[in-house]
Amino acid sequence: MAHSTDSVFINLGPVHPSTHGVFRMRAHIDGEVITDIEPVFGYLHRGIEKLAEGKSYRQVIPLTDRLDYVASMNNNLAYCMAVEKLAGIEVPERAVYIRVIMAELQRIISHLLGIGSFFNDMGTFFTPFFYMFIQKEKITDLLEMVSGQRLLFNYMRFGGVSHDLPDPFLPALSQFLREMPAEIDKYERLLKENEIVLARSRNVGVLSREMAINSSISGPVLRASGVNWDIRKADPYSCYDRFDFDVPTGSNGDCYDRYRVRIEELRQSLRILEQAVSKLPKGKVINPVPLRFKPPVGEAYSHIEGNKGELGFYIVSDGSDKPYRMHVRAPSLLNLSALREMLIGWKLADAIIIFGSIDICLGEVDR
Amino acid sequence: MTIKLSREIINHSLHEHVSSTDYSFESEAVVTDSASLVKICEVLKSAPGIELDYLSSVTAVDYPDYFEVVYLFYSIKHNHSLTLKVRCPDKQQPDIPSITPLYNGANYQEREIYDLFGISFVSHPKLRRIFLWEGYPGHPLRKDYGIGS
Repeated sequence: MAHSTDSVFINLGPVHPSTHGVFRMRAHIDGEVITDIEPVFGYLHRGIEKLAEGKSYRQVIPLTDRLDYVASMNNNLAYCMAVEKLAGIEVPERAVYIRVIMAELQRIISHLLGIGSFFNDMGTFFTPFFYMFIQKEKITDLLEMVSGQRLLFNYMRFGGVSHDLPDPFLPALSQFLREMPAEIDKYERLLKENEIVLARSRNVGVLSREMAINSSISGPVLRASGVNWDIRKADPYSCYDRFDFDVPTGSNGDCYDRYRVRIEELRQSLRILEQAVSKLPKGKVINPVPLRFKPPVGEAYSHIEGNKGELGFYIVSDGSDKPYRMHVRAPSLLNLSALREMLIGWKLADAIIIFGSIDICLGEVDR
Repeated sequence: MTIKLSREIINHSLHEHVSSTDYSFESEAVVTDSASLVKICEVLKSAPGIELDYLSSVTAVDYPDYFEVVYLFYSIKHNHSLTLKVRCPDKQQPDIPSITPLYNGANYQEREIYDLFGISFVSHPKLRRIFLWEGYPGHPLRKDYGIGS
């Protein structure tokens, strides 16, 4: 006897453990299979771009912390770079290196959380997540040493960083760099060839190279689809052109490749950190800029390879002490551009994994 | 380094398809009007040696006399970039053509501009507000909206 099924409409989210925040997907399913899906944004929209227009340039730095809140350092960096470009502010060598160290530590935090929660979505229920969280906490301790904060660091300033590294920082960082490779090997033994991981993520949620480029996907998701595009290499900023590191890419563009690319990027971040620590110059860490200053009339766009992709700030100045317009090129929002194409035809349980493998942060999607 | 496309290269590839009066250069950006936007995008996306295949971002700015929509393109193949600006002098009913059919990455960003600036994108597949709810009064990123009003 032939079975016929009705299409059912269900809401995934906005409060659902797998959405990593407040995000809703309106899913139409036929049996277990997704026939149509529509993302609904805006639950965390705080109007940061509008708020920035009412604040002085310096007052916007803490606002940028609250975009991708697991990657505050990178948001600080991208915003400060854009304002420095606009106003022609020079950064001392030591501060450039400190910024790279902070950005790479932040990338490790973000990737550990991204990988950990991806496996949570797969049903490992916090075992790998907490192995990764142990290391994440060690980095958080390091960042607390320099900034006094554990989540929203507000550490970078125009022309440098707010404080020099405290004395215990570099020994603690060296200790971390010695431990971390063995920890990554531990994750690999646990997960890399795990039967269930392979069965559930290989060839699932495939994103083709063409679709990824056409949909403005960036970061690890783009690289997992086989595109060698990393802003640190393609358009080097800070001092990334002085470091030796590779850009890992995937070949299939499936969930497994996205997880693999992130693991390899952890190793590359450690390589960059080792080189940055060994080359760290002495000297001052900031060229002081007045609290309220007026950049010349004009506009600037500056971008960095954030944890989730190309993070860019477009700032228009009208010559006053407040930005006339600030736009954030948010990788988390754009990485969802191909969500519909990636999810249709997959089962509901796969949709959770595919969505988790993109690794978004709602603070950045909604802004 | 991602280099900016030079004026000569842009002129060379556009001259057969677009009249030279339809676009101009301002510092490092190409400025055009809404009538020529889609044609220019089509040409620059496929012209050999240019191939701007990646739309990095779309955003808008509310200037006193016009709305300006700013597109930033890259070519992943050739590692160069181009900034394209479209000006919309009609501030009452601003509309410009959508480039979502060419670049899927424009979809959410055009919806965002529609939501926050009230600029309509003609022939967008699903032009609806993205962050705010339907019926929300006004468009917050316009300068006449005011903060806290």
